[in-house]
Amino acid sequence: MFKKKRNVVSISVLCMITIATLTASFWLPHSPSYIDPDFRLLEPSATYWFGTDDFGRDIFARTVVAAKVSLFVGIVVAVASTLLGTLIGLLSGYYRKADFLMMRVIDGMLAFPSLLLALALVAALGGSIVNIIVALTFAFSPVMARIVRSAVLQINNVQYIDAAKITGTSDIIILFRYILPNIITPIIVQGTFIFAKAILAEAALSFLGVGVDPTIPTWGNMLQEAQIYISIAPWFSIFPGLAIVFTVFLLNILGDGLRDALDPHAKKVKSRKSLLKKLKLAKS
Amino acid sequence: MTEEVLTIRNLHVHFPVKKIPFKKTTEYVKAVNGISLSVHKGQTLGIVGESGCGKSTLARTIVGLEKPTSGQILFEGEDISKMNAKRMHELRRDIQMVFQDPYTSLHPRMKVGEIIAAPFKAYKIKDNVPSRVKELMELVGLNPDEHYDRLPHEFSGGQRQRIGIARAIALKPKLLICDEPVSALDVSVQAQVINLFENLQEELGLTYMFIAHDLSVVKHIADQVAVMYLGKVMEISDSDSFYRNARHPYTNALLSAIPLPDPLQEKSRKQLVLEGELPSPTHPPSGCVFHTRCPFAKDVCKQSIPPLEKDDVQGHAVACFYPVQHHELEETI
Repeated sequence: MFKKKRNVVSISVLCMITIATLTASFWLPHSPSYIDPDFRLLEPSATYWFGTDDFGRDIFARTVVAAKVSLFVGIVVAVASTLLGTLIGLLSGYYRKADFLMMRVIDGMLAFPSLLLALALVAALGGSIVNIIVALTFAFSPVMARIVRSAVLQINNVQYIDAAKITGTSDIIILFRYILPNIITPIIVQGTFIFAKAILAEAALSFLGVGVDPTIPTWGNMLQEAQIYISIAPWFSIFPGLAIVFTVFLLNILGDGLRDALDPHAKKVKSRKSLLKKLKLAKS
Repeated sequence: MTEEVLTIRNLHVHFPVKKIPFKKTTEYVKAVNGISLSVHKGQTLGIVGESGCGKSTLARTIVGLEKPTSGQILFEGEDISKMNAKRMHELRRDIQMVFQDPYTSLHPRMKVGEIIAAPFKAYKIKDNVPSRVKELMELVGLNPDEHYDRLPHEFSGGQRQRIGIARAIALKPKLLICDEPVSALDVSVQAQVINLFENLQEELGLTYMFIAHDLSVVKHIADQVAVMYLGKVMEISDSDSFYRNARHPYTNALLSAIPLPDPLQEKSRKQLVLEGELPSPTHPPSGCVFHTRCPFAKDVCKQSIPPLEKDDVQGHAVACFYPVQHHELEETI
């Protein structure tokens, strides 16, 4: 896992972002909420690195602080929907009778685009961080449940599961000691991707105005505030947008890297370059 | 004869063929189609047959991994298929199974000690488990100090099968079902593992149901041999008389497929070679299931099913209208 350079880079940059946003109040040059009408919509400069917004607040400070909410929502949704989806997937893959009912419910949820489902739920529950987390967890669990179920189905007929049943091992132990450790790879990988998707979804919900309270800086809220100024102050939308792109990009790289590192079948293929090198050697 | 540990009466195990939505399944794979057998205490019943004849399904049904469609499986007089979950859990201690493939029958991320201790854990036996596990490892010929903390992938096929055997005998079962336990092993290792089975039977008084597709393996270990074809028992006999006077044409074909070690003899001998493929177990042939490939089949074989009847020889039963007499066989082929 740590042998690949891109895994190390993406993990360490994500850690740096996390540490930066958690310690933001100690080192930021300007307060993210200090309003100064004299300095409205300033261009990026040495004092205001990313410029200022329509209330004269420092966009750099706000972007850094906003990461806290975005990452928090992302990680909680990733963990919660991984747990929920894994549980549903395990049960429906193992208990064939429950499977039909559970999968039809999951199919129904999958029929909605996950963002739309989350949007409807937030609209019904009201916009707060907790409600957004609940809504996004519901929206992303079905995908995880499907993946876990298919992995369980694959492993269900392996003889050591049969052997465990014959020796009288209880279902709970079979599920969590025999099946789960052997399908953990796709779960971890999918969890990383859900993390990335949840950040995007939270930003989208905030942008649409049904997300986190507009007074709390999040990347989505900033974009929403910035959209009317896009022609006169493009930096107002560019920097929070770049922050989203950058974080999601890192998470996707990490997910891909984890898949390669944890999947024993993919290990042998090192990279295109080394393959091409081998081909050339073989030719000459 | 000693008492019967396991008695199977007219067992059927059918699997529905691929379900089509909104359509009731009408086709079934008849994996086990009317089998009656009994296994006697302290003895070994060998079961032979081609792949796809339902041997493994029979084994899986006995240990409770598949549900019987009809028929009875009596273990010490008690019907397994009618038991509740609690009684079944208790019974599992007495019927254990050794699997065919030692590479997939062990949890790849568990240490050997844990794998063998799993049955103790399942029955909440807590006192001196490690020392019991070590005893078991010694019993099956593994080095307890060296191998206890290793993972399965560090072992060879034969050693892995020994681990599987140790797990199966951990709870001192009365009946051990062995589903082709040596067919995935090298020939040199096969002999060692078979010897291990024999030693264990002597030491622990185990009863075996030993499934194989290799007649010479069965010859070595079994007291009684049953021949299966397309979910049915064709012939059953004591293993001594089985090899000398097999009566069923199918058994004779199997026996004559064993190559002889002497090349001159091998060249000159006459073989009874079967033609055609194993018919589909979804649509088994009418009458005697073997009539499509039988060189001696007559009209009656296509119409009625031959019962498995006791032959004149003691402990021998054959399901055939025209059992082969040995001098006749020589003339026909």
